[in-house]
Amino acid sequence: MKSNMQLPIYLDYSATTPVDPRVAEKMSACLTNEGNFGNAASRSHSFGWQAEEAIETGRAQVAELINADPREIVWTSGATESDNLGIKGAARFYQKNGKHIITSSIEHKAVLDTCRQLERDGYEITYLPPDENGITQPEAVEAAMREDTVLVSIMHANNEIGVVNDVAAIGEITRARKVIFHVDGAQSVGKIPVDVVAMKIDLLSMCAHKMYGPKGIGALYVCRKPRVRIEAQIHGGGHERGMRSGTLPTHQIVGFGEAARVAQEGMAEENARLITLRQRLWDGVSDMEEVYLNGHPEQRLPGALNVSFNFVEGESLIMALKDLAISSGSACTSASLEPSYVLRALGRSDELAHSSLRFSVGRFTTEEDVDHAISQVRAAVEKLRDLSPLWDMYKDGIDLNSVQWAAH
Amino acid sequence: MAYGEKVLDHYENPRNVGKMDADDASVGTGMVGAPACGDVMRLQIKIDDNGVIEDAKFKTYGCGSAIASSSLLTEWVKGKTLDEASQIKNSEIAEELALPPVKIHCSVLAEDAIKAAIDDLKSKSDNAVAS
Ligand SMILES: Cc1ncc(COP(=O)(O)O)c(C=O)c1O
Repeated sequence: MKSNMQLPIYLDYSATTPVDPRVAEKMSACLTNEGNFGNAASRSHSFGWQAEEAIETGRAQVAELINADPREIVWTSGATESDNLGIKGAARFYQKNGKHIITSSIEHKAVLDTCRQLERDGYEITYLPPDENGITQPEAVEAAMREDTVLVSIMHANNEIGVVNDVAAIGEITRARKVIFHVDGAQSVGKIPVDVVAMKIDLLSMCAHKMYGPKGIGALYVCRKPRVRIEAQIHGGGHERGMRSGTLPTHQIVGFGEAARVAQEGMAEENARLITLRQRLWDGVSDMEEVYLNGHPEQRLPGALNVSFNFVEGESLIMALKDLAISSGSACTSASLEPSYVLRALGRSDELAHSSLRFSVGRFTTEEDVDHAISQVRAAVEKLRDLSPLWDMYKDGIDLNSVQWAAH
Repeated sequence: MAYGEKVLDHYENPRNVGKMDADDASVGTGMVGAPACGDVMRLQIKIDDNGVIEDAKFKTYGCGSAIASSSLLTEWVKGKTLDEASQIKNSEIAEELALPPVKIHCSVLAEDAIKAAIDDLKSKSDNAVAS
């Protein structure tokens, strides 16, 4: 049998996805002189009207994916901007009601750094630690609520470990108290079912590039019933009902819309396939000694797997895996040498946090890709353990915690 | 991040990987770093009767640059006296491997490792004299 495998194998779908060919085709029709290149804000000619029509189609498609009304979709440049707009926008609009915000300690930096900025502006933030499976428990949110809490921001799916929070349960708590509920859906929208009505979400951040759409386009869902208000963060021509000014990028929006349509159409089937691939990958490596799954075993995105290979340092492991495009949980390339803050929050030891790899399979991953990844990982872990003094010590029965390490 | 050629070479073909008997009076062991920081090096040297390093072995848990720094060091110390070996500077290792600034600490760790191994040997011989 002839192999179609292309090297390196892309196993980093959590970072970004390629654009689906169906999406790319729709996008290319909105660029050139022959295409739909007009400015949707031009009201005086057909170029503008056509662009507006394409944008409204995209809006309806994204809205449908999350069970929203098209009027509840505000276009942005991506999930980072949506997180900023949703969190700062709501915090500032409702500041007369209080200045306390609840979030989790393992949010994406787009949320955490936005919260840090609000702290500098006089807001008080509670950062909830997740449980050892990486889940933010709804009871913990409930317990952190105060009189002056105005906003809760909890991610739907985590970018690093892929665990999925029970946002519907959190939505019950926030709606009952009339506290605004923002959800970072960058990793979940288009991958697993999201229903803003059933989940009682007030603000939802999304981006296209994790669901086979283009980079540089995102959206913020802003609930109309009950009416949620936000203060604009980017001012200008008053586009998007004044919530986000700037000429709308027709090709990007059309791409996002088509990606949403394709995602919704094939979601159940695609997820069944991805879960099989993910399980195959896990089964292929988990019989080695001292291998740990990070995050909840079932409550996770279909394609996401985060594994710690104890006594092997993550960056050196990635270096050995030349045929695989994956990411390491450890941020050893930064000068700080900090291990992943997400894994540390799960209570993982520093060694385990330094030893983690994030695999994410997606639409174009094959069984053959996964099998090749398994054999590469096994060989690399063996090679590096032969090089590892920690592995020696483990094999000699020495408890690493009993050793006095010289900090440096 | 792209790695330099020499780092890759040492990483792919590490020299002198192994372990010697730490209780042997002619063997000095230096273990530096910490799992929490993402790198631990164990460097061992064995001296002959003239105090010249005749063998060196290492094992390293850490990134490719840490592995390469310790591998290179084992090559460099062989045939040197303890005094000569203690003169090796981290900057020489960093230069030889063309380490980028964020990886300089790997070469520092290697320098610490050879110093620790030499100290271990010296304390062994001091104890031997004392008893
Ligand atoms: C959970 C989460 N939030 C926010 C972002 C930021 O998205 P974007 O790169 O579209 O700004 C990402 C993607 O990296 C993410 O995974």
